[in-house]
Amino acid sequence: MIDQQRPNIAMERQSCDPTAIEFRDVAYSLPNGQPLLAGLNLQVERGETLILLGRSGSGKTTTLKLINRLLTPSGGEVRVNGAPTAGSDAIRLRRSIGYVIQEVGLFPHFTVERNIGLIPRIEGWPPERICARVAELLHLVGLEPALASRYPHQLSGGQRQRVGVARALAADPTILLMDEPFGALDALTRDQLQREFLALQQRLNKTVVFVTHDLREALRLGSRIALLEAGRLVTVLPPRDFLRSDDPLAAAYVQAFGGGLDSVADRGAL
Amino acid sequence: MNLLHFFLQNHDQVLELTLEHLWLVGISTLLAVLIGIPLGIMVAHWPVWNKPVLGTANIIQTIPSLALFGFLLPVPWLGDRADRLAILALTLYALLPVIRNSYTGIRGVDPAVLEAGRGMGLSDRQLLWQVELPLALSVILSGVRVAVVVSVGLATIAAAIGAGGLGEFIFRGLAMVNNQLILAGAIPAAVLALSADFCLGWLERRLRPR
Repeated sequence: MIDQQRPNIAMERQSCDPTAIEFRDVAYSLPNGQPLLAGLNLQVERGETLILLGRSGSGKTTTLKLINRLLTPSGGEVRVNGAPTAGSDAIRLRRSIGYVIQEVGLFPHFTVERNIGLIPRIEGWPPERICARVAELLHLVGLEPALASRYPHQLSGGQRQRVGVARALAADPTILLMDEPFGALDALTRDQLQREFLALQQRLNKTVVFVTHDLREALRLGSRIALLEAGRLVTVLPPRDFLRSDDPLAAAYVQAFGGGLDSVADRGAL
Repeated sequence: MNLLHFFLQNHDQVLELTLEHLWLVGISTLLAVLIGIPLGIMVAHWPVWNKPVLGTANIIQTIPSLALFGFLLPVPWLGDRADRLAILALTLYALLPVIRNSYTGIRGVDPAVLEAGRGMGLSDRQLLWQVELPLALSVILSGVRVAVVVSVGLATIAAAIGAGGLGEFIFRGLAMVNNQLILAGAIPAAVLALSADFCLGWLERRLRPR
């Protein structure tokens, strides 16, 4: 019996545990008691891109914020890298997770360089190392080194979002949370950033949880799609299966987005 | 031309009263900043305190200045020296614009910026010092600017209770029905107010985030 238990305990602590994020019967209600999320059970595997798909108010952003403890579950347990988030230091947890939001939220009074280097600086990295890291990240997200000294208001929407991604990657987190990061961009820029995201993800192999309401984006970027509706998880399927799903809501989604989705689901083929 | 004459003849007294005036305004503004900015930050973060704090500051503002000086006169330690009393009264008047602008400035910070900061793992303290205060600074400063300009004017009344300052000339002039004496107090006070307004306005524009 002892022999059987030991490997289990070890598995939980080990970083080779294939589960990066786990929701165990998670519920979340607003302080006034209104439930936003109920009975959520979901596992995100290391290195995958899990898409949270759903319409506004379906609970996808709530789900995302439960991971980095911007929200605390009112029931159940969220585990990140095997440890329950409730027991960990929220600040430490957040610094180990990259976070990108639609409005980007770049600090307007900081240059691009300082925006990207903020967490490394707070973490006490030596200046040369921060400098090198910023240069590396700018290159990674396809921005000119000359942009480092610019302020956010001097950048285009696409450039700002790239800086947002670079900033989230600064301290080299293993997990990246993205809340409709390309939602506010024009179609052309969005297409380009999606393409770059796929290329980047192939290189970096982060665990990504990505919120969107755009099925096309979900099919293109996701390794699995979790469909949420009214605070409940409807189904979790890989893109190809999602298209053929007989779940009525998934089917309604596929129908609403019309034809040509098959080629999109063929990761990055578009 | 007689006025110019007066300034030339009494330049050391004009200078002395101007410095006294500046001292009253400077100390009271400093106190108002030290009390008002933290209060403004507090009510911005805990809206429950919003009404009581801003309400109190508002009520103080409605008390006529001469009456406030009079009210405070019998207070033991304060009443001993007129300048203490004047500084307290001026501080109370300066509080409202400082608190209100600190509140407005902090509340005006883009929520997306705050959410991103929090999500990145900034602590509340880091968020305040690195993000909220720098972004609110120009709004806070414009409150300080209003407070200073109002204080320069109000401080002339402090002479009524013997706290000194440029109001001395004004009250003496009033008593002696001497317009020149009144102007000798009013003109330097106006110059002080205008230059403070100009300097702080310049600083405010420089600190405004793009």
